Amino acid sequence: MEWIRTKLDKLREPFNQGKKYEKFAPAINAFDTLLFTPNHTTSKGAHIRDAVDLKRVMITVVLALVPVLLFGMWNTGYQYLSQIQAEVGFWEAFGHGALKILPMVVVSYAVGLGIEFAFAIFRGHEVNEGYLVTGLLIPMIMPVDLPLWMLAISVVFAVLIGKEAFGGTGMNILNPALTARAFAFFAYPTYMSGNQVWVSEASNLDAVSGETILGTLAAGQQPEYSSMDMFLGIIPGSIGETSMALILLGALLLIFTKVGSWRIMLSCFIGAAVMGLIFNALPSMGIAGNELTNFPWYEHLLVGGLAFGIVYMATDPVSASQTTKGKWIYGFLIGFFSVMIRVFNPAYPEGVMLAILLMNVFAPTIDHYVIQASVSRRNKRKKGINPQINTAV
Amino acid sequence: MSKDIRIKKGHTLRLKGETEKTCVDAPRSGTFAVKPPDFHSVIPKMVIKEGARVEAGDELFFSKYSEEVRFTSPVSGTLKEIKRGEKRRIMEVIIDADPSDTYREFGTMDPLSADAEAVKNRILESGCWAFVNQRPYDIVADPKDSPKAIFVSAFNTAPLSPDVEFILKDKMDAFQAGLNALGRMAKVHLCVAHDSSLFGTVKNVELHKVSGPHPASNVGVQIHHIDPINMGERVWTVKPEDVAIIGELFMTGKYNAVRTIAVAGSEAENRKYFRTKIGANVTDIVGTVGNDVRIISGDVLTGQKLTNGQYVGFFPNLITLIPEGNKYRMFGWLPFTYNDIPSKSRTNLSWMFPKKKYTVNTNLHGEVRALVVTGEMEEVMPMDIFPMQLIKACMAGDIEKMENLGIYEVAPEDFALIDYVNTSKIEAQEIIRLGLDLMITEVG
Repeated sequence: MEWIRTKLDKLREPFNQGKKYEKFAPAINAFDTLLFTPNHTTSKGAHIRDAVDLKRVMITVVLALVPVLLFGMWNTGYQYLSQIQAEVGFWEAFGHGALKILPMVVVSYAVGLGIEFAFAIFRGHEVNEGYLVTGLLIPMIMPVDLPLWMLAISVVFAVLIGKEAFGGTGMNILNPALTARAFAFFAYPTYMSGNQVWVSEASNLDAVSGETILGTLAAGQQPEYSSMDMFLGIIPGSIGETSMALILLGALLLIFTKVGSWRIMLSCFIGAAVMGLIFNALPSMGIAGNELTNFPWYEHLLVGGLAFGIVYMATDPVSASQTTKGKWIYGFLIGFFSVMIRVFNPAYPEGVMLAILLMNVFAPTIDHYVIQASVSRRNKRKKGINPQINTAV
Repeated sequence: MSKDIRIKKGHTLRLKGETEKTCVDAPRSGTFAVKPPDFHSVIPKMVIKEGARVEAGDELFFSKYSEEVRFTSPVSGTLKEIKRGEKRRIMEVIIDADPSDTYREFGTMDPLSADAEAVKNRILESGCWAFVNQRPYDIVADPKDSPKAIFVSAFNTAPLSPDVEFILKDKMDAFQAGLNALGRMAKVHLCVAHDSSLFGTVKNVELHKVSGPHPASNVGVQIHHIDPINMGERVWTVKPEDVAIIGELFMTGKYNAVRTIAVAGSEAENRKYFRTKIGANVTDIVGTVGNDVRIISGDVLTGQKLTNGQYVGFFPNLITLIPEGNKYRMFGWLPFTYNDIPSKSRTNLSWMFPKKKYTVNTNLHGEVRALVVTGEMEEVMPMDIFPMQLIKACMAGDIEKMENLGIYEVAPEDFALIDYVNTSKIEAQEIIRLGLDLMITEVG
């Protein structure tokens, strides 16, 4: 270990302060600090610090994503192969999916981190770790057949317009991963929606149907999948969104480590369930409804991107509400609107992306009113203030 | 009327190296120092020159903008040196101490029967006013103000902090006399630990029992729960041992600036309580330490860094020695590894061992980043205050927002745990201090 350190110190010598490549220090630091937590000590303020840092937090989220990603690889292969042949081997399916998905992950990281590094050097700050998560999320919320160049352009848009334009990590209003998806959704709708995109090769081969459960429902038909299939995630959909079981596993890790807000997750599910129950109750109120409104509320929670969006994107601390009370309201409304948009959107039967982006925009407003309540409590006290202060300092 | 206060939010750090409960006399330092930077926002004006002879209680300097506030010598001897820093700012006033102190006589006084103005003047001329701290802003109080209350917090929840009851148990008469004197200026609130036994007989105060994790003993937290500060109001605070010094001044007529200093921390060898005078030399108490040890005058969260041969500050009752952490750690970001470093977050497993005591070092354990994680600051802020929003308002210098978010109720020390827990490694205490300084210049 010592000799690696000595080697690294030698390697980064030209990037040190006052040296030739000083300007590029953030880039080399990013790699250096990935290997070694630096030897920086406290110089002011508290003399001791918590073991947690942003790298740890972000890597924890990445860890929570890995099972979902691996399952996505298998499921991508399985959904395709099971429609054209009788027997599907595990590795056969996994390999098919991996070959499709790994290039997307590589492109997303390469493009996004490239921009992050450039901005870090340009602005003279260290590279923030936020993109480690965003870069993995973006491919996971895309349809598997999205051309890589479209993915790349979506990433550029998300990082430049969604994040850096607002000042970089910690300043963005919208969740960058969803910004990328929204960009692709509106810029390349034929690749992002419809019944041809959710299983690999579905747009090329007639034998393969690429319809999601929500798509089937919107077309007025009943899906052929059981609730168990929906829960396990052996259904068509975006790469990461299908497996409720593994998303819950990730959610547990996030809640256990306190990295993700359980308040947001819980209130989101409550909101979605409430909206689902309202729709389910329509027939008893004499309104016929349609296949989507009559879809059982608990299955509304299982299908589509709802769970994935709630666990990994609604909980993004930067774009979510920052106050505790605000988180409850923010989460509830995301769930509520997700199911509402899903049912009423005529073009595309899914709503979690739009619901989260909408609530991202409203999160500062929610926080404002939560904080205002504290401010009013404080101002109320002013009535009885002591008027005897004689001096100013 | 006594009201029990239960603090729920916060975090008690368990560190190795607690002080043993024995009290010894520290070897007498050859030199003592009063450091004007200990008194935030005071601009010192010297009244004596180098080489002059002083008794304990003789004036050294006064505050330029509040001339009644005098700062006096804790020991007798000759003024050795006035150490200046940048822009000729006075950093240390060093006194060559006599082997044993002689005192300036102020004369005895019974604070309960004497005139209130006389009590105040006695505190001012003896230099004991330096012990009186003002909230808001966390600065030396202005004697022209009439505060709505005086708060004394007679316990400690900070990591490795000294036991106030152990320090005070032989000085209860002086402590009571000091409270009597303070009581002539405003109503005194005494906050004690919920299991305290020493203060049951204390008179002329409103007693509050406080329980909960750190920062329950922070006087700011107590004020917030008992009688919160509004805009324009003033509250004074005095530390418990300083109350006893004030009391002794009235009982004996002498400014006997005794400081009982606990030595703690994993790197300290002789972990005892040392009896010395204010402004003692740290090396006389803990000896010379190596480069790999950090000397902290105060606790690990709010203290000041010292080097060998420097002087302990005016207020601290504690010297903490912990190892420096200037070492690299491979893959330090890997979750659930390095469980020997305590963490309030759960990204390592240290939270599973709530009883374990940790050796901590001064490593930052990461790098400074943008503020990303939310909710962690609120968990250690037991007040009706939004810490992250207040920090951001201070960074932006938005006075109206700072007022609305409660800047008058906080001091940097209330944000010490936020320094510790926050993922982005921001310096919350410094930001709050700068925010308070801005308020002083803009609002006053």
